[in-house]
Amino acid sequence: MRIEKRLQPSRAMVLLSPVLALVLTLIAGALLFKMLGHPAGLSLYNYFINPISDWYGVSELLVKVTPLLLCAIGLMLCFKGKVWNIGAEGQFIFAALVSGYVSLQLMAVEGFWVLPVIIVAGALAGMAWAAIAALLKTHFQASEILTTIMLNYIALNLLLWGVHGPLKDPDGYNFPESALFADHTLLPLLSEDYRVTVAIYIALLMLAVVWFVLSKSIFGFQIRVMGESAGAAKFAGYKNRLLVWSLLLFSGAMAGVAAVSEVNGPVGQLIPTLNLGYGYAAIIVVFMGRMHPIGILIASFLLGLTYVGGEMVQIEQGMPKSIVGLFQGMLLFFLLACDLLIQYRLVLPGFGPIRLPSDRTKQVAS
Amino acid sequence: MRLELLGLSKRYPGCVANDAVSLKVEAGEIHAILGENGAGKSTLMKMIYGVVKPDEGQMLWNNKEVEIKGPAHARQLGMGMVFQHFSLFETLTVAENIALYLDPSELGSMAALRQHIEQVANEYGLAINPDRKVGSLSVGEQQRVEIIRCLIQDIQLLILDEPTAVLTPAEAEHLIKVLKQLAAKGCSILFISHKLHEVNALCDRATVLRAGKVTGSCVPRDTSPAEMARLMLGDGLTLTKAFEPGPSGDVLLQLKDIEVPPTDHFAIHLRQLNLSLRRGEIIGLAGVAGNGQDELVDLLNGELSATKGQVLLAGEPIQRLGVQQRRHKGMAVVPADRIGRGAVATMSLSENNLLTGCITHGAKAGLIDWKVVSARAERIISHYKVKTSGKTEMAGSLSGGNLQKFILGREIEQAPQVLVCFHPTWGVDVGAANLIHQQLIKLRDQGAAILLLSEDLDELYLLSDRLGALCAGQLSPVAPKSEVSLERLGQWMAGQFDAQHDKETCHAD
Repeated sequence: MRIEKRLQPSRAMVLLSPVLALVLTLIAGALLFKMLGHPAGLSLYNYFINPISDWYGVSELLVKVTPLLLCAIGLMLCFKGKVWNIGAEGQFIFAALVSGYVSLQLMAVEGFWVLPVIIVAGALAGMAWAAIAALLKTHFQASEILTTIMLNYIALNLLLWGVHGPLKDPDGYNFPESALFADHTLLPLLSEDYRVTVAIYIALLMLAVVWFVLSKSIFGFQIRVMGESAGAAKFAGYKNRLLVWSLLLFSGAMAGVAAVSEVNGPVGQLIPTLNLGYGYAAIIVVFMGRMHPIGILIASFLLGLTYVGGEMVQIEQGMPKSIVGLFQGMLLFFLLACDLLIQYRLVLPGFGPIRLPSDRTKQVAS
Repeated sequence: MRLELLGLSKRYPGCVANDAVSLKVEAGEIHAILGENGAGKSTLMKMIYGVVKPDEGQMLWNNKEVEIKGPAHARQLGMGMVFQHFSLFETLTVAENIALYLDPSELGSMAALRQHIEQVANEYGLAINPDRKVGSLSVGEQQRVEIIRCLIQDIQLLILDEPTAVLTPAEAEHLIKVLKQLAAKGCSILFISHKLHEVNALCDRATVLRAGKVTGSCVPRDTSPAEMARLMLGDGLTLTKAFEPGPSGDVLLQLKDIEVPPTDHFAIHLRQLNLSLRRGEIIGLAGVAGNGQDELVDLLNGELSATKGQVLLAGEPIQRLGVQQRRHKGMAVVPADRIGRGAVATMSLSENNLLTGCITHGAKAGLIDWKVVSARAERIISHYKVKTSGKTEMAGSLSGGNLQKFILGREIEQAPQVLVCFHPTWGVDVGAANLIHQQLIKLRDQGAAILLLSEDLDELYLLSDRLGALCAGQLSPVAPKSEVSLERLGQWMAGQFDAQHDKETCHAD
């Protein structure tokens, strides 16, 4: 068997690759369960089907989808422009800290404006954290990949400092947690029976907005050109700095809103472990979702399922917590491997190249 | 017999790139491959060099059947190839690039290699600094590296895909001498070129390809360029005569004492540029690659700013305006690099039309009207005879000439007052070049001012009303083309701007 370069990238493979990656993840997952001494079939059932077998389960999935989707929306725009913001996690944590602080300050103040102020505070905090990376990139040519990752750790330590220090609940028996937020600072629930908040609507709305911007606006077009060919963008006079700043600020804002959706939603206070890695998982969402709005919507459900499924097998079968990270890692690993098949194809000895029915034929110029 | 091809075929999905191509190359023969863009020349060369495997057919190398396993194998056999699109690592130096190409056993020390490079470079007059990063070299200089890389080994067959396209006439002439020397030593040469007079001057035999098939062969010495063009194009094409200068109007674009210091170590310092470009005229600027052309185009496009002097568009200073603001005021630019500057390879033609087209159409209040954009793309495709499967085809899958027609069409459709055109027909076949020339003249006759930077002297004399040259970042005098003899232009290109009269000191060769 050999691998040969395709004449042009396969469009079919662009869509098939995530599916293939999922199948390979399931197979590898089954083997993993087997090796851990669990029945593979039951474990996969507990991981991927059992969690969503009732409406409560589905609602819990939506609870995970909300912050994932919000983070992924911002990252999708960034990655389209090849601005590699790996710092949604840090922007999320810093925004959680700031919006949490604001929520605690507004405990005793009632008013319709309280919640909007908290959301805006979260968005601004996320933007501020992303702005550091934007400044370092546009003025000092520092790679945003490195700076955003480093800023993640700084943000985490700021949060730990907050909950161990000034924001610790005075009546909290010295646990490193803030006080519980007042009800009026929490996002309204869609239904009393479930933990899903209105933030899911914000996520869906922003998804539609981003879709519109990418497909219909000159700004979105310029982002894509910058991502595909920096030289062409420069030639056409697109303002690189402005685009980089806009992308980082926007994704920072989205990570900030995601933080509010989590902290002022299901969590309801600041805790040291509030970051479940949504900012990192959102990167996988964007790549699994092929940087397309519909794709990332689907992928955010899949990645959300890795969280609720992971919780399920922890409870049902006593598996370790790290199982979530393992499945997310396998998904990304297999996805990147399968993406090779977009540019290359397998040639089996005696069979010739493996063709997909939808491989577009084209005129080949000499 | 050095090389013999028997019925070589290569099919791609939806297209036959080569259909039973047979040809023979004797030892020491210089053999031209002629054909339009898309005729299958490059595919044929790639099969010989082992980049692409033929589906059918036989290949004999020194009378023995061979199956080339890959470029490394071809190199072992004694072949070298200069690609049309350079295969160089931009982040590495010239010497490192050449070292990578060599077998570890023949590499030796870098110091020895550097010496070897300089020796070959001097021998063939292809001046190059082995320590420069390839990314900082101009298109012409990069090609020099490619050529040197082949000449550094002992070769029996040299394949050149349009080697002279970016060389100045003097350099091209020199290269032709080099190739003749090589051939005299017994090295066979396969030569793809669109410049028929070169083929005429250089080649012993020519094989003509059309749509992947051999449609004829000839002895160039006994065949006029017009006849060869006819063989290639398959119809009664008449080569155009030089266009008459048009009546010129008031000054549209003016450069006053422009000074641009180099932005990096290898950039050219533009000094004391003064130029007045009038409505309805084409000024052609000749010059060896890397003498400030890139910088001048960037300056006019608005990517590079001058530290001194003024750029005036219709009397209004524009040196502080950005690219898009200049385009709003009627500037348009056709860059030298099609992919990566003029077009985005992974985007459709419609989207590539929008790249600079959004200034004049298809966008209102920051929103795109895709219907208008697609309609415009379709018009460019039909109007400028771009061979493509449609407006949704990716720019990167078009052949160079077709993409160039599209880019030129896009810029002309902006109805610019001033068009800066860099290498408009580099690597473009005769038919496409003709069309591009006619469109440029038409634009001029409509009253636009065109600044043409080219290394093709035929083209400069064909199109320009006035001629000048760039050398080491300085501009020669600009004079009506009837007053500028080839010798004088050559002196200007060499930096002898004060040469008053054409001395009758033509070189014997």
